[in-house]
Order: sequence, then structure tokens, then C-alpha cells
Amino acid sequence: MTQINSKIPEGPLAQKWTNYKDHQKLVNPANKRRLDIIVVGTGLAGASAAASLGELGFNVLNFCIQDSPRRAHSIAAQGGINAAKNYPNDGDSVYRLFYDTIKGGDYRAREANVYRLAEVSNSIIDQCVAQGVPFAREYGGLLDNRSFGGAQVSRTFYARGQTGQQLLLGAYSALSRAVHKKQVKLYTRREMLDLVLVDGRARGIIVRNLITGKIERYSAHAVVIATGGYGNTFFLSTNAMNSNGSAAWQCYKKGAYFANPAYAQIHPTCIPVHGEFQSKLTLMSESLRNDGRIWVPKKKEDAEAIRAGKLKPTQIKEEDRDYYLERRYPAFGNLVPRDVASRAAKERCDAGYGVGSTGLAVYLDFSDAINRLGKDVVEARYGNLFQMYEKIVDDNPYETPMMIYPAIHYTMGGIWVDYELMTNIPGLFAIGEANFSDHGANRLGASALMQGLADGYFVLPYTIQSYLADQIRVPRFSTDLPEFEAAEKDINDRKNKLMNINGKHSVDHFHKKLGHIMWDFVGMARDAEGLKKAIQDIQALKKEFWADVRIPGSDETVNVELEKALRLADFFEIGELMAHDALDREESCGGHFRTEYQTPEGEALRNDDQFSYVSCWAYQGEDKDPVMYKEPLEYEFVQRQTRNYKS
Amino acid sequence: MDKNINIKVKIWRQNGPKEKGRFETYELKNISQGSSFLEMLDILNEQLINEGQTPVVFDHDCREGICGMCSLYINGHPHGPDEDVTTCQLHMRRFNDGETITVEPWRSAGFPVIKDLMVDRTAFDKIIQAGGYVSVNTGGIPDANAIPIPKDKADMAMDAAACIGCGACVAACKNGSAMLFVSAKVSQLALLPQGKVEAARRAKAMVAKMDDLGFGNCTNTGACEVECPKNISISNIARLNREFLKAKFKD
Amino acid sequence: MSWLVKSSIGRKFIQSISGLFLILFLLFHMSMNVALIFSYDAYNFLANDILGANWWAIIGTGVIALGFVIHVWYAIMLTLQNQKARGVNKYASSNKTPVTWSSKNMFVLGLFILIFLFLHFYQFWYEMQFKELFHLEGAREDAAQLVAEVFSQLWVVVLYIIAFAALWFHLTHGFWSALHTVGLNNTVWMNRLKCLSNVVATIICLGFVVVAVAVYLGYANLLG
Repeated sequence: MTQINSKIPEGPLAQKWTNYKDHQKLVNPANKRRLDIIVVGTGLAGASAAASLGELGFNVLNFCIQDSPRRAHSIAAQGGINAAKNYPNDGDSVYRLFYDTIKGGDYRAREANVYRLAEVSNSIIDQCVAQGVPFAREYGGLLDNRSFGGAQVSRTFYARGQTGQQLLLGAYSALSRAVHKKQVKLYTRREMLDLVLVDGRARGIIVRNLITGKIERYSAHAVVIATGGYGNTFFLSTNAMNSNGSAAWQCYKKGAYFANPAYAQIHPTCIPVHGEFQSKLTLMSESLRNDGRIWVPKKKEDAEAIRAGKLKPTQIKEEDRDYYLERRYPAFGNLVPRDVASRAAKERCDAGYGVGSTGLAVYLDFSDAINRLGKDVVEARYGNLFQMYEKIVDDNPYETPMMIYPAIHYTMGGIWVDYELMTNIPGLFAIGEANFSDHGANRLGASALMQGLADGYFVLPYTIQSYLADQIRVPRFSTDLPEFEAAEKDINDRKNKLMNINGKHSVDHFHKKLGHIMWDFVGMARDAEGLKKAIQDIQALKKEFWADVRIPGSDETVNVELEKALRLADFFEIGELMAHDALDREESCGGHFRTEYQTPEGEALRNDDQFSYVSCWAYQGEDKDPVMYKEPLEYEFVQRQTRNYKS
Repeated sequence: MDKNINIKVKIWRQNGPKEKGRFETYELKNISQGSSFLEMLDILNEQLINEGQTPVVFDHDCREGICGMCSLYINGHPHGPDEDVTTCQLHMRRFNDGETITVEPWRSAGFPVIKDLMVDRTAFDKIIQAGGYVSVNTGGIPDANAIPIPKDKADMAMDAAACIGCGACVAACKNGSAMLFVSAKVSQLALLPQGKVEAARRAKAMVAKMDDLGFGNCTNTGACEVECPKNISISNIARLNREFLKAKFKD
Repeated sequence: MSWLVKSSIGRKFIQSISGLFLILFLLFHMSMNVALIFSYDAYNFLANDILGANWWAIIGTGVIALGFVIHVWYAIMLTLQNQKARGVNKYASSNKTPVTWSSKNMFVLGLFILIFLFLHFYQFWYEMQFKELFHLEGAREDAAQLVAEVFSQLWVVVLYIIAFAALWFHLTHGFWSALHTVGLNNTVWMNRLKCLSNVVATIICLGFVVVAVAVYLGYANLLG
């Protein structure tokens, strides 16, 4: 039985990271120049890591699929970034941020990792301010905070509704500086298609140049994956159109464990689906729940009249409105964590109280906030989000409540990493959303930005040296090695196979079908029967795809359909693994809700005795079921409780 | 209420940077006005694939108006006829039944066409690399609240920082000038004490790179400001001029 | 100081400063012309004794000419560069971005004004200063009389008005744009400067046109 070694340092929780840093191996400056590091991805994690590693003196090669590093999807994060600064003097501390994150993750994350995350959170804010990130400020000139779901303190720093953009542009500017100083070499419009192992260590990648279609090889002493999550398995998600799980998936296929694939976060406040042609779902920031109140009609006949277009929400009297989150969770009200809010919305809609033409929507109402604070204040806080909503839906949220519904947003699962953020493949690291590490079964709002930047600025630049210290005598690699040769041949075969199918349907045709299977059976509510059906359906659809997809054009130029097909081929397999993992985990926790395991009140029912582990899936080969290893989660410092947001 | 409309789209097709381009006109039936412009192009591409033709290439990614990847010059406007939106946020309710919609790539010497509607905007990255940053390394930073910043300055910096780098300013400019883009970054950092330290060096380096890459001279027509999806003001250009001239006269 | 030629903002700076200088000159010229409405003698005094063939006047003329040449030269240079920056391929759908007409047509307006100036030089400056300077025959001492003669022809007056309409458009954009380029603008002053721009342009153009029309209609020399 394979033992999973997470390499958690010894010592009391608050000392672990300090102890680690005090005793870890480092690489001296002269040797750093001789070591190459590949970083795939330029989001918050990738850009901050590439810049920081470059500054340290390593020779960094940074890849992204977009035309510019600034386009990575971290840019779309709206609400904010958490840190334990306690500027508002409301009782926050590193421990409390750690505790809230562990609890928010439904006790399925590693204590040591999460504590480290909370510990470095403050440095992130300092770093960003120094880079010129224009965070919101008070009139006194100091930084402003707001509150977010799952916390009883205000610890979220923000830059209007564009925090992710500003943080990413900060990291991008650091990266640009490193590029200018020739510390980092940038490769844009290139997609990683394979990982190359030499003697069991990660030594390079194969990419496709998306402009010329050429397959290119790059070698390095270590490879860092920062390619985000796999939420687009669902076709409709809040992810960008080009976000994909393929880089991570190639690592899995080369032997890296894929951890907790079933943990996907459904974000409660997205603009509802409106038609078959829809290409993506737009998120409305969680910060809106600070001032917006969520409700559906109390009476079914009102809900029906609204759906039929006979009644307007503003005509429903106050006493006929069901503010169900405030009713069910008085202590946290509209600010319960995302998984709880999403499920509550689904519950109301399934019970027949949903609004909108499809009945799959609930109201997010600002009339109270506008009366209390005035329109100007609300506009200053959320103006850009309101404008965005109005452009899409053609309704004015200042006058009529917004309609929202949950949608896939973030994947907590990802490549398994140890405390040093290294996978089980030596020399292969994973950071940001691409790894599984810090959010357990559910991520709290404003924590993704925190984790991405923590990994990139303050964790990986230390921990990677522990590995590289042993590599200083290893000379640079030639990309002519047989391992590279073989990897490139595999890719060409796969590509040619796809190009030669010449079937009848477009890639999106299959992707939409996959999305429906995922949403229906591996979505917000799962059960054993449905998951088994999902696995069968996905396998059947995958077979159909490989027999009937049509990819027009040539592969020697820009070919978007080919890009999409290569990604979709992996999404089928990711979707299947998600279903496997969800089936295995016979409990409900965080974003993973099995209808068989719930309390009489409909709350998630965790099973700590049997399922307090990280599921680490290992690839066994084409058409073979993967094998699962367990990394036990031991809680030394926190006592596990049933999450309670009621009192 | 949103209806279904029939439209024609006249789209620029070009196989590669060196090849000659041409317009092709396609007919689309029953397009919901509730769909976005890019979803309409998705539908067109689906149609083209089903007919065995090659789909139209266009840049897009986040589809919520923030990544800056989408472009397109639609009916005489960068990002189309709606105000303060990117192409991905433009909806078909802005168009009428029976209309012919002309779709072109950004046209500017600084943004060569790669294929169809996709252009190369790496020039913007090069300008940022020339100096669009505060020269700080990771770590060793004072506390975030060590330097108070007046709220109005911070807000103005944020206004400038909202730039998404889409290039609509260049596309709209009759002079192919990138001044709005450059001035937004220079302004953001010049307004903050953290960026002030190297403001002179930054302004000079970024303008030099901008000129080097062949962007034109600003004549203050203000077209950039009108078409900017993020409402970046040309008063930033005045600030850039000020910063640049101050720096040069000091030398 | 090579940046004044090599950098875009440097070139624009020269264009703006020369433009602002020419606006000052226009204000001065206009004020002088207005004297004609009141008194031929006053005008003659200004035209002959102040701006005759003395060294101050010659140097002044030279400086103005230099400012003018620089303004035109830079305009040509900037326009050619901008056309190149725009690229070879033009948009098929016409540009519908709503901006002021004058801002898009500064070069054309300038060109038109330039053509008009040649006529203007021939009719006035050549007759008055140039001939005197080079001791050619027929240099006019009675400037006021010359003006009266020229403006008695309707076609000249009409052309004059058209030229100043062009100048008006040129200045409405040129004045605030020049200040903007030298960095003297911000969000608060944006609309004020644009308004001021219209005021300046109107005063200048109205001043010139009023004189021409007054002379044509015989309302000049009120203090005669």
C-alpha cells in the first residue's frame, strides 16, 4: 500500500512554517542562475511565482495560452482578498482566519497548510500595496475592509468590484519587470500538452504554439503547474472560455495524484441560464450579499404568477417574501458560506418557489440597502456589478431585484501536493487553484486570491529550493532526449487522430452534452445511482466524441476547434474521475452533497470516522479504473464540529 | 422583451498575417436578442462547422468584460455600438431584424492581424515591460498601512487602473496612438506614493517604447475615451504629458 | 534636446507651443485690426510706425514666420507618421465614434488656412512690409487705405469669412488641445478649457471678420 507523505513539519501549529523555513535547504545565488524552472500559467499563482523566482535569480520560463499574461482568469475575481490584518479592530487574528478557513472547508483541509496560508496572508496585502494596487481606502488614507461569507469579522480587502483584476495586474507588473530584467522568459499563446519525465523526475513540457500549430519542447530542472481549475468540465461555468484542466490532467496521466476531484464549488450568486445558446455564466460577486437580501415568494401562487410574467417582484408585499437564508441561518443570514447558500437556493427552487421564466432563480434585493444607505453608497460599492447585470439581463437592479442562481465556479480538488507544494512526482509542483491543498471541501469567498498569491509569492519560492538544492549539479537538459521525442510523438498521434475523425458534430456539441450530464448528476446534489449513471453516460459520450467529432481546418495554423477538442478529450476523463470520487465519498461535506447523507433539516451530514481523508487518485492506464490512496487528515489543533451557521 | 431576429454578418476573413483578406457575408436566422454578440458568433461557427467550412477566428476568454481579450470593430465602433462594454458584453438586443452587421479586426500598424479577427497585441505587453511597474521585489515590504494615501488619489488611481488592455483606444484612434493605454498606467502609478518614486523614469521609458513600436502621435480627438469600455479619461493623457515633460526638462 | 524631435510627446509639445504662440500673434493682429474701425490714423500709426521697416518689426516678423514654419512643418511630420501608424488597411465600416469634427480635421483645416494665407500675404504683407523692406516700387504707406481698397471687393470679404470660419474650427480644438498636450489639464478643467477654447476662437475670428465687414459696408474710421 502506497504511503502518502505530506511532509508536514514538526512542532506546534503556529511554529511549523517558521521551523520549516529555519531549517530548509536553500540554493546559493551562483547556483540559482544554472537552474531552469518552467512555470505554466500566468494567473495570480503563476505570475507571482514566476516573478518571485526570477527575482531570486532562477532562470524562469513562463507559459500561458492567452496573448498576454494579464488575461489569465484570476482577473475576473471580483469581491476581494482576505487577510488577518485586524485593521478594523473587530477581533481578527491569524488563528481566526485559519479557523474560519478550516471550518468553511468543512474540515477537509490540512491544518498545517491552512495555518501557513493565514500566516502569510498579511504579507500579501503589504506586497500588493507596494506594487501600487489601488485598494479601497477610508478618508483617513488607510485601507478599508468589508465582510464576506463564512466570517464574522471584516477582513476582506478590495478594489471596487475588480479586486482580482488589480491583484493580477500587480503580479503581472512584477512579472513584466522580471521579463524586462531578463529573469523570466515569456511564452504566450502556447498550450502545455504534456509533461516530460526523465528518470522519474519532471524535466520538461511539450507545448503547442497556438499561432503556428508547431509542437515545441522545453526542458527545465523543475516544472510548476499553475493552470487553475477544471470547472469548465460543466461547459457552463463562471470560468473563462479557455480555462481548462488539461495541463493538470497530463500530470495525472504521468503519475501525479489527483486529489479530491469531487470537490467543486457551486457559487450561489450567478446570473441564471437563459437559453441553449448560452456560452458561459456570469458571476455576481459574493460581496453583494453584504447588502443584498435573498428571497423567494412565500406563496407558491405568487411564484407561479412571477414565472408566467403576470406579477413583478416589487409587487410582492414584505410579509409575502421568504428571506430563507435569514430564516434558516439567523447568525450568518445572507452571509453563510457558498455551499450552504447554493443548496438553500436549489432547495427553494426544487420546492416550486423559484422565479424567473425558468423557475431556476431567486431574488437578490437591494431595496433595503438603498433605503438605508442611499443609492449613491450602493452605487459606489457595487456600481460596476449593477451595470454588468443590466447589460446582460436588461433589468435595472436599482429598481427591481436581481435574479441569481448557483453555478459552478471553482474546484477545490486538484493535483495532490505535499506541504512543499510538490506533487508525488519529484520536481513537479502545483500552485493556486491547480492544486488541492488549502480549501478542503469548500472555499470561502476572497480566499482564492489569497491562496494563489500566498503560493506564488511566499510559499513556493521557499519550498522549491528544498528540491532544487539537490539539483545544482544537474546540467541543463537537451530537448533531444528520447523522453521528449516520445512525448512529442504521443501528442502528434493524438492530434492526428482527432483531426482525422471527420465526424458530424462540433466540439461544443459534445461539450454541452457533457455539461448536462455533469450538472444533472455530479452537480449540487449527488446520489450513488446518479453518479453511476453519469460514469456510464460520460464513457458513452466520450466514445461518440472520438468517433464523430469534426475539426475543420489545418493544424498548422490557428485552429480553435482543435484546441477545444484536445481540452474536451481531457474533460471527459476529468468528469469521470469526479464522479468516481463523488461516488466513493459516502458523506456530504462542503461542496460535495450526497442526498443520501443529510440531516432531517436538509443540512450536509459529514462522516468524520470514515471519510476524514484526502482521496488521492492514481492513473492506471487507458480504460482502467484509477486506484485511490488515502491521505488521512488528522486534526491535532482544531476540534471538528458540525458546521453551524445558525447561532 | 427579447425577440428572435434574422441578420447578416459581414466578416473580415484573412488566413494569415501576410495574406490578403476579404469580407464574407453570412446569414443567421432566429438569433435571440438575449444572446451576446459572441454567442451569436458561436452560433455562426457552429453553422460553419456543420457546413464543412472553417470557423471564424476571434479572440475571447472571460466573457464578462474584464480580461480584455475580446476585440472586434463592429459597425464603426470598437466593441460595438453599446456604451461602456466590451464585445463580450454586447448583446444582440442592440441590433435589429434584417440588419447587416460589419465585423472587422482592430486596424492599426501596432496590432497586425494574425488570422481573421484575431490581432497581435503583444506591443502592449512590451510597453508595460519597459516600465509599467513599481520596482519592488517580493518580500521586505513595509506594512500596508504605513503610508496613508488620500482617498481621492486612491480613487483616481483606481479609475486609471481599471484599464483592461483591450486596445480599443488604439483601434478607435485615427492616429493609431496608444496614449490612453500608456497614460492610464503612468497615471495610476504616479498618483500613488509607492509609484511616485520612479515616476520620471517610468514615463520616459514607456513613452519611448510606445514610439518605438510605431504607435502614432496623439492629437487629442478623444475618440479613445469615447470608445473605452472602462471609461478611462483622457485627463490621464494630460497627466502623462505633464509627467513626461517634467522628467525631460529635469534632465 | 533631441527628444523634441524623436519622441511623440516632444513633437506634440513643439506643435502645441508654436500653436499657442501663433494664437498670441493672432490676438495681437486682431487687436490691431480693430483699431481700423475707429480710426484710419491710429491704424496707420500702428502699421507704419510700429510695424514698418524697423529692426524690431523685422525681428518680430521673423520670429512669427519661424513659429509658423515650425507649426506647419511639424503638422506635416505628425500627420505622415500618424497615417503610417494607422496601418495600410482601413476600416470598411465608417468610423462612427462621436468626436468633434474639427479634432479629426486639423490638418485639412490648417492646409486651407495656409492657402488663404498666401493670398493674404500677397494682398497685404507684400504690399506693405515686403516692398518697403526691399525698396521695391509702390510700397504702401497708407495701410488703412490699402485695407479699404482690398475689402471693397465682395469676393475678398467672402473668402476672408470662409477662411476665418476654418480658423475658428482649427482654434476651437487647437487651443485646449495645446494646453492639454503641455500637461495643463485635468478632469475638472477639461470642460472649462474646451469652453475657453471656443471663447478664444470666437473672439479672434469675430474680431477679424468684423473689421472686414465694417470696411466693406463703410462703417470703418468712425473717428475719421
